[in-house]
Amino acid sequence: MSKSKLTRRGVLKTGAYAGAAGLATPIIFDGSVWADGHSGFTNAPTGDTVTLGFNVPQSGPYADEGADELRAYELAVEHLNGGGDGGMIPTFSSKTLDGTGINGKKVEYVTGDTQTKSDAARASARSMIEKDGAIMITGGSSSGVAVAVQALCQEAGIIFMAGLTHSNDTTGKDRKANGFRHFFNSYMSGAALAPVLANAYGKDRKAYHLTADYNWGYTTEEAVVQATEGMGWETVNAVKTPLTQTDFSSYIAPVLQSGADVLVLNHYGGNMVNSLTNAVQFGLRDKEVNGKNFEIVVPLYSRLMARGAGANVKGIFGSTNWHWSLQDEGSKAFVKSFGTKYGFPPSQAAHTVYCQTLLYADAVNRAGSFNPCAVAEALEGFEFDGLGNGKTLYRAEDHQCFKDVLVVKGKENPTSEFDLLEIVEVTPVDQVMYAPDHPQMGGAEATLGECNPGA
Amino acid sequence: MDAIILQILNGLDKGSAYALIALGLTLIFGTLGVVNFAHGALFMIGAFCAVTLQRLLGSSRTIVDETQKDFLGNPLKVEVPYVHDWFGPEMGASIIAWSVPLAILFAIPIMMFVGFAMERGLIKHFYKRPHADQILVTFGLAIVLQEVIKAFYGANPIPTPAPPALTGAFDFGAMIGFDPNTIIYPYWRLIYFAFAAFVITAVFAFLQFTTFGMVVRAGMADRETVGILGIDIDKRFTMMFAIAAVVAGLAGVMYTPINSPNYHMGMDFLVLSFVVVVVGGMGSLPGAVLAGFLLGILESFASMAAVIDLIPGINQIIIYLVAIVILLTRPRGLMGRRGVMED
Amino acid sequence: MLGLNKKDFQLLLIVAVLALLAPFILNPFPEGSGLAQFNAGYPDLMQRFVIFGIFAIGFNILFGLTGYLSFGHAAFLGVGSYAAIWMMKLVTLNVIPAILMAIVFGGLFALIVGFVSLRRSGIYFSILTLAFAQMSYALAYSVLTPITGGETGLQIKATDSPILSNLADGEIGRANLFGMEMGSSYLMNVGNWLFTFNAGYYIAAIFMLISFYVSIRIFRSPFGMMLRAVKSNQQRMNYTGLNSRPYTLAAFVISGMYAGLAGGLMVAMDTQVGPERMFWTASGEVVLMTILGGVGTLIGPVLGAGMIKYMENIISKINDNILHQWFAFMPDGIEDFLVTIIHPFIGKGWHLTLGIVFMLVVIFLPGGLVEGGQRIAGWFGKGKKADAEATDTDAGTKPAE
Repeated sequence: MSKSKLTRRGVLKTGAYAGAAGLATPIIFDGSVWADGHSGFTNAPTGDTVTLGFNVPQSGPYADEGADELRAYELAVEHLNGGGDGGMIPTFSSKTLDGTGINGKKVEYVTGDTQTKSDAARASARSMIEKDGAIMITGGSSSGVAVAVQALCQEAGIIFMAGLTHSNDTTGKDRKANGFRHFFNSYMSGAALAPVLANAYGKDRKAYHLTADYNWGYTTEEAVVQATEGMGWETVNAVKTPLTQTDFSSYIAPVLQSGADVLVLNHYGGNMVNSLTNAVQFGLRDKEVNGKNFEIVVPLYSRLMARGAGANVKGIFGSTNWHWSLQDEGSKAFVKSFGTKYGFPPSQAAHTVYCQTLLYADAVNRAGSFNPCAVAEALEGFEFDGLGNGKTLYRAEDHQCFKDVLVVKGKENPTSEFDLLEIVEVTPVDQVMYAPDHPQMGGAEATLGECNPGA
Repeated sequence: MDAIILQILNGLDKGSAYALIALGLTLIFGTLGVVNFAHGALFMIGAFCAVTLQRLLGSSRTIVDETQKDFLGNPLKVEVPYVHDWFGPEMGASIIAWSVPLAILFAIPIMMFVGFAMERGLIKHFYKRPHADQILVTFGLAIVLQEVIKAFYGANPIPTPAPPALTGAFDFGAMIGFDPNTIIYPYWRLIYFAFAAFVITAVFAFLQFTTFGMVVRAGMADRETVGILGIDIDKRFTMMFAIAAVVAGLAGVMYTPINSPNYHMGMDFLVLSFVVVVVGGMGSLPGAVLAGFLLGILESFASMAAVIDLIPGINQIIIYLVAIVILLTRPRGLMGRRGVMED
Repeated sequence: MLGLNKKDFQLLLIVAVLALLAPFILNPFPEGSGLAQFNAGYPDLMQRFVIFGIFAIGFNILFGLTGYLSFGHAAFLGVGSYAAIWMMKLVTLNVIPAILMAIVFGGLFALIVGFVSLRRSGIYFSILTLAFAQMSYALAYSVLTPITGGETGLQIKATDSPILSNLADGEIGRANLFGMEMGSSYLMNVGNWLFTFNAGYYIAAIFMLISFYVSIRIFRSPFGMMLRAVKSNQQRMNYTGLNSRPYTLAAFVISGMYAGLAGGLMVAMDTQVGPERMFWTASGEVVLMTILGGVGTLIGPVLGAGMIKYMENIISKINDNILHQWFAFMPDGIEDFLVTIIHPFIGKGWHLTLGIVFMLVVIFLPGGLVEGGQRIAGWFGKGKKADAEATDTDAGTKPAE
């Protein structure tokens, strides 16, 4: 094991001069500085290494998801530094990554625990920025954390590459100039699912929603209700369930009496495992209502979590950002690389954070600078391919990635514990596109603000 | 009407879980005077007894199936459980499927041992220490137990279904004269309720009708006098701790088909079970059971769509609201005794 | 001095010096060395040390003196935080009004909760406070989303323009004290060492010293004596014709104001509030901090808070990569072995380490960390007097060993 030097000292030496000159006077940069700008922004790397901050849930209910993210990050760092088989670097349409790190600097990283709490996540991110000199923060497994850390990075002048966050708010009403999201969102789930559902279950359906009682739940319910009602479905009722609920029996039991023939579970993670298990327990899927088979829908699937629901996921529709069974070159390369190293296929969380790391590195290379504003400019409106999900656009107006969305279904005859979902349809990107000022995305008021390079 | 009956059933079911955990907790409170923050962890360990047995019964050898491919395109490795080899695939599969009920037998000795080890190894040194110290040490223990389970089983929930014969639901409404398809209830939840009723009755009978139980009850009432009478109350208290652990553990085993267990399920129940015990009244076993069912039923009613429409957010706070009202109107909860944990 | 006796004044002085020199003391290892991982002298963690120190000092005024164990103190911290951030969003970005609002709202909410909860004692009181806090948490997370921001909480946005601050259009406001931003730092490079002097930290530290001073005064005052009397025997006190309720309520409100202050400072240092700040685990954390440090001692709660926050922020960031760097000088076999041994206790295993520390401290140091300090002082103590004291403490702890 080679002994490597932490970068912070060099980093902060520059800061020390700034500090000596007076208490942190904010300096405004214009674009011309970026071209040769290797200082004048937060944590500008001065040595021959650069530090990234991987901020993932390592304790709490999403710890396994966080662990998978961390594996993908380690893999990405290895590939960026020229190790391993390069993963998706050869398939990535932009060719600036050559195994020499980022902008010629070797990539190092620090890790932290978000605990899936915004306070802890911000504490961890601040320690990465203040103590370790991280130039970019990435990760997370919930929208609450993503929004909180994104706001922090905006203040600190650091780029934030969001991990798993599905709420519209992250790139909707809470969007920030320094924050970028590769993962899809509630609106896209609704838009992708609705036609498939109408196809499979008919246009004359009555839906009953159970919704997790917090921001992500609200945006998902809104998106799915609008999309399915657009297809002709009727929404019978929408009931909010507490986040801390573990037994959903009292919410599930009345569903049959309501006359609904579809149950939509706007739940994620542990909530989703429990509500789905309970719904199947109550025999909902064996019932016929209004002359049709009763159906259950889970708008957002997480394969890792879905394992907890066991056989209950069979035949249940949902959407997902990415799945390892995709057959494009990028996905195949990533699955091979990840699977060879760790012995099992990557999750969608792993995929999204791997992509985010590569996208960041590539943007820095193209900008020729680590300056967050230069990086943001390089990412805005960037079109790429070869990272799974087909052709993708990082939209300039809201820093949301637009790409194909997968509609999946629980597999009837899984061959292994990883083989839970099968892809029903790859919804083309045009179908999930929306205007940047869409009402579900915070309307006209939502603004990115100015990019902040820090000082 | 049918909606109300349905929610009463749900309430009884939730209440069973609350009551079982609270029963053990209040036994430890009452007999040993210890605030046991690790009680939720005992519930969790019970649930993982079921998981462990499922894994043990499912332990398997690996064969390579050349006809199928795994995710990397290599020949698929198929796990064949040994029980399939020994009893044939059909019998083998059903043995694994029955692992949750079988885990009851498996869990009793394990929980007995865990309870015994906990009391002798740790808790007994804290009888004379302030409650604050008890909280810190049992909380620390709960974290350690939880993290050990997480290290072995991961953080995600693990599916532990009930045997096929006991999954599914039946039309309870039709049985009692309602229209068909109005009151559908899962078998396993009724089994859980019946099981809880059996365990609670057994504990009460044990305390009421055996000499051992009599001494323990005497010890709960006045520990010093019992000691003066020359009875080794400590040994019995150890036994009581083990029994409380078994009750919590069995509650956990039986709970696994209702919700897939994960390592923090104990913490999720912990606070709730404290509320149940205190609402029931300190030092009262019937109080804990009563409060468990009462809160379970009220929680179920509060989650009805009509009620939530009327008072938004009521389903979020109902348990705590009821707890406040009861504690303000009845100073020692429903059936609490004077002087227990009041200072 | 300052109305304190000599011993208390010395203690205050020591705490003041420690707080002042914290950037040095917490950064003992040179940058770039393997042990730099253990440095805690960066703004965020230093701020957290003093903020949670204040929270625990306040909690100790209630629990340490009266013995009333509140299990819902995080609610006051949360309410204070929300008050502070709204103040910043609407009125001014100066931290002083925000902190004052936080104290006021923390105190007011404590008054309401205390007035109801103090009708009961012992565990009934604990559960009442817990119930209030859990209701606050659940409502803030869900139906109160318009006020609290729900899951994603509240931050200062570009669209916020406080009436008393002139912000350029689209500029995101930053918390400041008469123009000095909380995030600004002065960095000092000495050889291989790097020390960070952060404005926000020193402001928080001043609040902590004031809080600490007030706490000492309360401990030594007749009011404090009265509270102790409540702890030792409330009934006897009631028989003498004294109504203890006003005293306990006053203690409850004071500790609620401390919690509000801590909440306000958290917002001032890092402009963000989320509802999980009020979850029962957060209330439990301050209980654990106080017990870990030493219930009823002046300095204990601060030590306990520091210990828990240190573990949470430092141990959780150590990963296998860093372990390999530490042990790189060893032969590969031994290196891997050591990494395997230590692996479960670091990074994602920091909870395990925390649990073990709780148990070890309570088993071997019944008086909490303060007792540990006393024992060490005893070993290095000067002459027989210190020895005698140490023996006394040992005798008191026999049953635990």
